[in-house]
Amino acid sequence: MRHLLRRIGFYLVALWVSVTLNFLIPHLSPGNPAQALMSRLKGKVSPQAQHALEISLGVNHDPLWSQYLQYINNLLHGNLGVSITYLPTPVSQVIGQDLPWTLVLVGVALVISFVVGTVLGIIVVWWRGSFSDVVFTPFFTFLSAIPYFWLALVLLYILGSQLNWFPIHGGYDTDNTVPGFNLDFILSAAQYAILPAITIVIGSIAAWMLGMRNAMVTTLSEDYVMMAEAKGLPSWRVMFTYGARNAILPNITAFALSLGFVVSGSLLTEIVFSYPGIGFAILQAVDNLDYALLQGIFLVITVAVLGANFLADLLYVVLDPRVRIGRS
Amino acid sequence: MLVPTTTPSTTMLRLRDTWRLVTLNRKVSFGLAILAFFVLLAIFGPMFFPGDPNAFSPDILQPPSTAHWLGTTQTGQDVLTQLLWGTRFSLIMGFAIGISTMIISVIIGLVAGYFGGLIDEVLSLFTNVFLVLPTLPLAILLAAFAAYRGPLTIAIVLIVTGWSWGARVLRAQTLSMRNRDYVDAAKASGENSLHIIFFEILPNEISIVAAELLGTVIYVILAETGLEFLGLGDITSTSWGTMLYWAGNNDALMLGAWWWFLPPGLCIALLGAGLAFINFGIDEIANPRLRTEPKPKLAKRNKNREVAA
Repeated sequence: MRHLLRRIGFYLVALWVSVTLNFLIPHLSPGNPAQALMSRLKGKVSPQAQHALEISLGVNHDPLWSQYLQYINNLLHGNLGVSITYLPTPVSQVIGQDLPWTLVLVGVALVISFVVGTVLGIIVVWWRGSFSDVVFTPFFTFLSAIPYFWLALVLLYILGSQLNWFPIHGGYDTDNTVPGFNLDFILSAAQYAILPAITIVIGSIAAWMLGMRNAMVTTLSEDYVMMAEAKGLPSWRVMFTYGARNAILPNITAFALSLGFVVSGSLLTEIVFSYPGIGFAILQAVDNLDYALLQGIFLVITVAVLGANFLADLLYVVLDPRVRIGRS
Repeated sequence: MLVPTTTPSTTMLRLRDTWRLVTLNRKVSFGLAILAFFVLLAIFGPMFFPGDPNAFSPDILQPPSTAHWLGTTQTGQDVLTQLLWGTRFSLIMGFAIGISTMIISVIIGLVAGYFGGLIDEVLSLFTNVFLVLPTLPLAILLAAFAAYRGPLTIAIVLIVTGWSWGARVLRAQTLSMRNRDYVDAAKASGENSLHIIFFEILPNEISIVAAELLGTVIYVILAETGLEFLGLGDITSTSWGTMLYWAGNNDALMLGAWWWFLPPGLCIALLGAGLAFINFGIDEIANPRLRTEPKPKLAKRNKNREVAA
């Protein structure tokens, strides 16, 4: 329990840091590019919205601490400012529209890649020194260094544009389906998600596979594994209940730590596929100098990544009795 | 054994030892070969293909031919020339930013690990927070608000977002080092803390620093390419990232110009894989359990029998 409380405390600090960074970055940037933007906006949004935007972009003349308090107050009320790209839609609404796409796509792809990658890592260790290890390990090393968005370009070019197996643009068939809870839309969305999902899986799988392989190799040289072998247990049982079960712990830590990295890659992947998620909103925001939207996106992604990290922590507590009992 | 009077100097011995380590492990030699290839490309490539890599020409969107080995872009720029200049740019950026990032990691990691107590608590908290923050969105936010867009902005952004991993690893290592005898001896002889940290402990962690540096360089090259692909770099410079930016913006994909966007990404992947190979190789040298060389036949058969029995 103490362990959990410590972790919760840590995530609160991390959240506070990201909120504060979000506030400070515009205020500390020299020349303040937001100033020019505000003059462009005058009269187009309500005075209230303009005030909120002034605070989050740092063009207000109140003292810094009072702006900071107002900013926090706005955040607590879910007020992230107004998006300039989609004027006068509030940022929270833009993000609310895009977030489900990203959550489903990245969530599903991540789970698939973690499970498959971990199992591959176990298999490769099972056949250690044989052909599969000699071929697999270098191949996955190569995979681990490929930028996501380039992989996306290549898959899009070969499977989408040349072979016409997959749709190449967007998140669903906008001509023939209506977004909502109907079979047509869901099937269409699934069809459009396959290629981006494959990209994310291929892009991230190598890390879990290589991590699991190394953890397995280290675990298998422990005495209790030799004991299990000596007892004459079937080799699959030694592999899974003695080796993999212990080796998966460091891999879960690695999973939590590299989440931010994978999410970053996924965002670029979305951009290549013009997928209607958060990544594509980032591109729009960068192109249109939509600072409020960028800030909002950073905050939402951070909260999502911190939340996922916390889930990984909970899983860790379930899996590792040492942490559960508090002898960590 | 008697030491012959003609012993090679210690420097020579060290060089020979290093060389043996490098050639002993296949992964390290393979990775070094790839790295050497790119370094040579970066040094000599632009010499063989001089001229402005961004010069326009009437040969628009030509597929690879004898005149243009890797074809041309939509404005008639030679892709191979761009690729070679881009190699130079990306390599310099990768290593310069990587080394700067590593310096921050070393300072924070070693100071936290050596002093412990409150300093460690604060620095570790700081490190772990930066570790969980998603790097690319933070980098985008920083780059978007920067007053000017160019290599320096990218460098600062990547240093801010990239130092935490190395710092964490080095802190853990320093924690295990600080109670060793040689540190106690240095303390007893009255060395000051900074001297102990950077002249006694750091040299003993140099292999970890090297491994972390390689990982950081991979991260920097990938992240730099990502930022430039988004148009947050200096889009008039020639790098692998800006090549992909222009290819993406001019619909190279829809035009079927595979020769335009394929080479830069392949270079990134190859260079990254080369660095990763060196890294895994160093891991294997440091931790013999990770080695994949097949075990001697007899032992292996016995083991199988044991398992099957």
